[in-house]
Amino acid sequence: MSFVEYGDMIKDGDTAIVFLGHESMFPVKVQHGTVTQTKYGVIRHSTDLIGKKYGSKVTCSKGGWVFILHPTPELWTMNLPHRTQILYSTDISIITMMLELKPGSIVCESGTGSGSLSHALIRTVAPTGHLYTVEFHQQRAEKAQEEFREHGVEHLVTVTNQDVCKNGFGVSNIADAVFLDIPSPWEAIGHAKSALKAEGGRICSFSPCIEQVQRTCLAMEEYGFTEINTLEILLRVYNVRTISLQIPDLGNAAEDNSSAGFDSSDPSNQGSPCSNLQQGTVQFKSGVPLREMVGHTGYLTFATKS
Amino acid sequence: GDCAVLKRGDVFKAVPVLRRRKIIFEKQWFYLDNAIGHIYGTTFEVTNGGNLQPKQEVEETTTETKEAGTDNRNIVDDGKSQKLTHDDIKALKDKGIKGQEIVQQLIENSTTFRDKTEFAQDKYIKKKKKKYEAVITIVKPSTRILSTMYYAREPGKINHLRYDTLAQMLTLGNIRAGNKMIVVETCSGLVLGAVMERMGGYGSIIQMYPGGGPVRAATSCFGFPKPFFDNLHEFPLSKVQSLLSGTFSTETLPSDPEDNALVEEESNGLTEEKQTSLQDTEEEPATEAAMEITQTEEQETMDVNAEDVEFKQNKEKENKENVREKQIKQFERRKKLMETAALLREKNADGLIVASKFHPTPLLLSLLEFVAPSRPFVVYCQYKEPLLECYTKLRERGGVINLKLSETWLRNYQVLPDRSHPKLTMSGGGGYLLSGITVVLDKGKSDCSNSEALKMEEPSPKRCKVQDLHC
Repeated sequence: MSFVEYGDMIKDGDTAIVFLGHESMFPVKVQHGTVTQTKYGVIRHSTDLIGKKYGSKVTCSKGGWVFILHPTPELWTMNLPHRTQILYSTDISIITMMLELKPGSIVCESGTGSGSLSHALIRTVAPTGHLYTVEFHQQRAEKAQEEFREHGVEHLVTVTNQDVCKNGFGVSNIADAVFLDIPSPWEAIGHAKSALKAEGGRICSFSPCIEQVQRTCLAMEEYGFTEINTLEILLRVYNVRTISLQIPDLGNAAEDNSSAGFDSSDPSNQGSPCSNLQQGTVQFKSGVPLREMVGHTGYLTFATKS
Repeated sequence: GDCAVLKRGDVFKAVPVLRRRKIIFEKQWFYLDNAIGHIYGTTFEVTNGGNLQPKQEVEETTTETKEAGTDNRNIVDDGKSQKLTHDDIKALKDKGIKGQEIVQQLIENSTTFRDKTEFAQDKYIKKKKKKYEAVITIVKPSTRILSTMYYAREPGKINHLRYDTLAQMLTLGNIRAGNKMIVVETCSGLVLGAVMERMGGYGSIIQMYPGGGPVRAATSCFGFPKPFFDNLHEFPLSKVQSLLSGTFSTETLPSDPEDNALVEEESNGLTEEKQTSLQDTEEEPATEAAMEITQTEEQETMDVNAEDVEFKQNKEKENKENVREKQIKQFERRKKLMETAALLREKNADGLIVASKFHPTPLLLSLLEFVAPSRPFVVYCQYKEPLLECYTKLRERGGVINLKLSETWLRNYQVLPDRSHPKLTMSGGGGYLLSGITVVLDKGKSDCSNSEALKMEEPSPKRCKVQDLHC
C-alpha cells in the first residue's frame, strides 16, 4: 500500500483503515504478531490481515465483522489523530482545484498542523511534485515528519520547523502554489510571493474570521496579487430514508359511521403509486438533511501572482 | 494552435489561437496575432485596428482628499446628472480616447459625483472602468478556469455541474497519477479533462461513451501533450452488457458502416488469420470501385490519349488507397476495442466517475463490476431523486460501504475595507453527489455491516450525535 499508489494485498507495515460501520472506523498499523481490539472482537494481524486483499471482510473473535480498507488521504482525514483543528475534504477539494494542483506541482504550506491537508497535497502532486510544509510548533513538526515516513511519502515532502511569517518557506521562485492556514496570514504574504514562481503562481489563505480575511486581501493587493477572490464552501449531507406519513382523519362528507376519508380499500383511491395498502399511511423515499450541519469552517481567499 | 482562455473580469471564453482569425469577445472584435509569444496571464487592450496591445502598468493617480458627501439623502436620481450624451461618449471613443480618459470625463461631467460618499464614488468608478476600460487577459486553460467558464456560459452542456461539485468528485474519487480510472460523462469532455489533469499522464483512463463516440470538445481545450492520450481508452456503453455476460464481439461497432468484407470471429487477441483475410477481401471492393470509375469515364470521354489513361490509373490507385486506408483504420479500431475490453475484463479499476445525463442506477450497477475492492466511486446527478434510488439499489446489491449523498453550498464574498459581505447572487444549486467505497462482494449475504441494516429506517433522535455529523 502507499498513500500515493494503490496496492492489492495488506502487508506488514501498512497503515490500513478498519471500517466497522456507518461513520465508524479507525486506522491501524499492520504488524506481525499484533492484535487489535474492536467492539466485535479481536483482529489478529498475522492471520486476519497480512496477505488478505484490501476490501475484504474480516470476522472478529466475537463474531461480528469489519472491512479493511486501503488508506486514502480522505479516509486519513476522517481518522487521523488531531493535534490541531483540521481541514476536511470539502475545503481540501476546492483548494486543490483552485490552486490548479496536479502531478509535478511544487506546493508550499503553512501551518502543517495535523497533516490533513498535507496528505491530500502530497497525493495530488505525486510522483514528480513536492510539498514544502512549514510548522512553527516543534512537536507537531516532528509528528508530521514521522507520519510521512510511516506512510511512505517522505520523499515527496520537506518539513521545516520555523515561523513562516519571519523566515518564509525556505524556497524561492519555484512554487506553483502556496497555502496559508495561520493566525496572521497577512504577515506571510511577502514570503509567499517570494516562494512563488515568477508568473502565474496561485495563493490561498484560509481564515475563520472575516477580519483576518480583510487584512489578508489588503496585503495581497499591496503585494500585487491579482484575481483576488474570497469564497466559502459547505457540505450538506443527506440521509436516504424511507418515510411513512400518516393520512389524517378528516372525517367524511356524509354523516354516517363509515370509515375515515381516505379509504384505502376503495379501488378509486389506487391512484397514488406510493400509498401503502396498510391503513392510512403513504410511503416515500427521501433525502433527509441531518439535524445539524457544519455551518462554517473558514473563508478561502485565492489570488494569482502576476 | 493553443487553446487559450480570454478573461475580462469574471467572464471567460475559450478560443483557438489562430492567426488572422477574428475573435468576438465582450462586444469587442480583435485578432490574436499580437498576443502570440507573450506569456499567459498578460493583460491586453484592444486597439482601434482590432489588434491586441499589452497594457502598460499605469500608476493610479494618488488620491488627494477628494470631495465627497456623507450619505445619499439629497441625491435625486433623475437620470440627468451625467452631462455627456450617448453621442458625446461615442465621439470620444471614435477619436481613440483611452478608456481611462473617458472615465475621467464621465466623472468630471457628473453633477452628483462629488456629493456621493467615498464608497459610492469608488463603486461608480469601478463600474465605469468595467464598461470603458476594455482589458482582456489571456489565461492558460486549467480545470479551474474551464469548469468555471462552462458553468457560467454553457451549464446545459455539462449537466449543470458546478465547479466546486467537480472539485469534490476529483478528491472523493482519489484521482491521482497512476490510477486506472473508468469515466462516464456527457459533459463535453470537461470531466474527462479534469481527470486527465489530475492524473498527469500517468496511469490509464477508460472512457465509456453512449452512441457512436465520446464527445471531447472541452478536453481539447486543456492543451494536454500528446502522450497523455496514449493511455486514454474508450469503450461503448452499448457493449457493456455483452462484456459482462461474456458474449462480447467486435462484429458490430456502434457507428460501423456495413462491412460485409470483414468477417470477425470472437477472440481475445488478433491472429494471423484475421490479417490475411483483411488483405484478401480488401482487393475486391477496391477493384469494384475502380471498375465503376473506368466505366463512367469511358462513357464520358470519346478520345483516349496517353494522359487520360495515366490519369485514370492514378485515380484508380487513389481510390484503392482510400479504401485500404479506411479498412486499416477499422482494423485499428477493432484492435483497440479488444485491448480495452481486455483491460475491463481484469475487473481491477481503481475507481469510477460518473457524470452524465443518464439515470445513474443502471450505470453504477453494471460498471461497478469492473472496479477492484476498496476503491472509491463518485456519481454526479443534477437531481437528487435518481441518487436516492441509486443508493437503495446499491444497498440491495451489496459490495459498497460508506455511501454518502451530498451537495456543496458555495458562496462568494466581496472583501473591501468596511464593505465586506457575501455577494449579491449565488448559485441555487450545483448538483448532487453519491459517493462510496467498494468492498469484496459477498454474494448471498448483505454487506451492511452489523448495525447498518438498522440504518435504513428513520433513526431515533438519540442516535444522531453532533460529532457524527461533523464533516
